[in-house]
Amino acid sequence: MNEIKLLGKKPTRHGFGEGLVVLGEKYDNVIVLGGDITGSVMTSYFQERFPERFFSIGVAEQNATTIAAGFALSGKIAFFASYSAFSAFRNADQLRISIAYNDVNVKIGGGHSGITVGPDGATHQALEEISFVRTLPNMTLVVPCDYLETKKATIAIGEKFGPCFIRFGRSAVPMFTTDETPFEIGKANILREGKDVAIVACGLLVWEALLAAEELSKKGINARVINNHTIKPIDVETLVNAARDCGCIVTAEEHQVHGGLGGAVAEVIVKNYPVPMEFVGVRDKFGCSGEPEELMVKFGLTWKEIYASALKAIERKDKGFIGLRQVKDVEDYKE
Amino acid sequence: MALEVTFSDKTFDNKRRKPEEFSEIALEIRRDIIKSLYLAKSGHSGGTLGTSDIFSVLFFGGVMKYNPKKPDWNERDRFVLSAGHLCPVLYSTLARAGYYSTEELYRLRKYGSRLQGHPGFDMKLPGIESSTGSLGQGISIAVGMAMSDKLVDKNNRRVFALTGDGEVEEGVVWEAAMAAGNYKLDNLCWILDNNDCQIDGRVKDVMSIYPVDKKFEAFRFDVINIDGHNYTEIINAFNKFISNNESKIGKPTVIIAKTIMGKGVSFMEDKYIWHGNPPNEEQAKIALEELM
Ligand SMILES: Cc1ncc(C[n+]2csc(CCOP(=O)(O)OP(=O)(O)O)c2C)c(N)n1
Repeated sequence: MNEIKLLGKKPTRHGFGEGLVVLGEKYDNVIVLGGDITGSVMTSYFQERFPERFFSIGVAEQNATTIAAGFALSGKIAFFASYSAFSAFRNADQLRISIAYNDVNVKIGGGHSGITVGPDGATHQALEEISFVRTLPNMTLVVPCDYLETKKATIAIGEKFGPCFIRFGRSAVPMFTTDETPFEIGKANILREGKDVAIVACGLLVWEALLAAEELSKKGINARVINNHTIKPIDVETLVNAARDCGCIVTAEEHQVHGGLGGAVAEVIVKNYPVPMEFVGVRDKFGCSGEPEELMVKFGLTWKEIYASALKAIERKDKGFIGLRQVKDVEDYKE
Repeated sequence: MALEVTFSDKTFDNKRRKPEEFSEIALEIRRDIIKSLYLAKSGHSGGTLGTSDIFSVLFFGGVMKYNPKKPDWNERDRFVLSAGHLCPVLYSTLARAGYYSTEELYRLRKYGSRLQGHPGFDMKLPGIESSTGSLGQGISIAVGMAMSDKLVDKNNRRVFALTGDGEVEEGVVWEAAMAAGNYKLDNLCWILDNNDCQIDGRVKDVMSIYPVDKKFEAFRFDVINIDGHNYTEIINAFNKFISNNESKIGKPTVIIAKTIMGKGVSFMEDKYIWHGNPPNEEQAKIALEELM
């Protein structure tokens, strides 16, 4: 495995915008709908390049979602992107019926996701979309980890028939994947080998997981780091292997701990190979205004929490805990 | 020279005033907006400056009934900022009305501040009636409040709400309008900030809402068209609403206020790129000079 290096910082939304242009060049049936924030979610790149295939819908996410379904039912690959807060929730019913139930070729971009939206505050910090979107039948859900992977993932969902949702963010975040890093929908990437604990992360937290693994290695602990970029369909094989090989798992996501990546992984693990699990994410709270990196610290979304959770998971494994915790842990479980 | 920002602790009474008396108040609010956004390094300059004249009359012209010392007073009129991103103008207004100290304006959009990037009800900032920021929801909440006042509690309270003109592209806005007309909510005063600017461009180009007055008429509103920077017209519009309410006209009122995005700062005026940007140091200096 190649050494992973920090290659600079760039917002993942740029990868989305560039991916759309690549798709537009390759397929003349790609159309994009704008929701008055085209310069924020970078659909503006596509608009500049293919103005005849770009349509402004205004601030009307419900309408844009169903209009996309209409385009898809007319043979188009239809993209609509807004902030995740509005392209996963304002239009939730439309996503469920017109997109997922119809099983049409619509791709939804959820930009400005997570706490790292920063100063805009709680209303704009979507921390619940993974939970909602992954429960929709027929839906594919990807949460890429950096700029380049977002570009690859955008192209990949464009080329996969059916409803897809891609989640990305606003602020500049570490870049560390390269042209050589594989990306295949539904196939998680093992970024670092290890057998003491498996850290399964998505999005921005993949980088933090790598940092945590580096710190753990200084204590002689070898962590396996898995970039679980596809939440649905989830890579059961890679996860079950991780449980078997490592004996405990930590999940990490820029999302509520309830029902997100952690929930998705737990469903697989509990059914197939129960091992102790710890969950890093936002603990049942709304966000608030602040600087992105400040909020990552305040909400416990850094390598430090992953590191601490890994130690806890290993301790539980070593004490022979399998699924259930001891009674004294119940309090802690409630948090 | 580096820009040093201070906020005066001046407050204003809420009383009937002559039109020319509002310019001083509006200037104070506009300066607060520039300063607080400059310190925050993010936020929305355009719509906040553009609605400062309306806020001055609404809160300091004896239009709304409220008591800053008793924000929960159950006879107060309520104001819902449906266009939640415009909160810096409301934060300044509430501070200048005496709801809380102007000291809080230093910490707009900072971690731990009650002045969230979009109004957060969880912060318990006095004067904030609901979380808003997801466009279209506030006006529907205002309709619910007006229904509760008029149809259930049968009291004399009034509900005011302000939406942007890009905001009214949201479908729920028109569902709210239909309900307001249907329930004859003559205790509801809807202010439409019609600057014809939104994020991606002119409202008429992004998704035209026009003719917007005819739409409200069709939804059974009393429609009042005004210049949103002319104090006499703003005062008269609110007076008309109050008489609509007192005479139980059986219709909600909408004030369609033609405004200029960024009003008062020459390089921001009527430029939609100022929808969501703060001034940098240089720009803040020039803006504050113009707002003397
Ligand atoms: C439901 C929803 N969709 C999108 C946004 C992002 N957004 C914030 S302000 C805005 C434009 C609103 O335009 P307008 O109402 O005219 O306000 P102005 O530009 O005059 O400040 C948009 C799209 C949002 N806050 N809520």
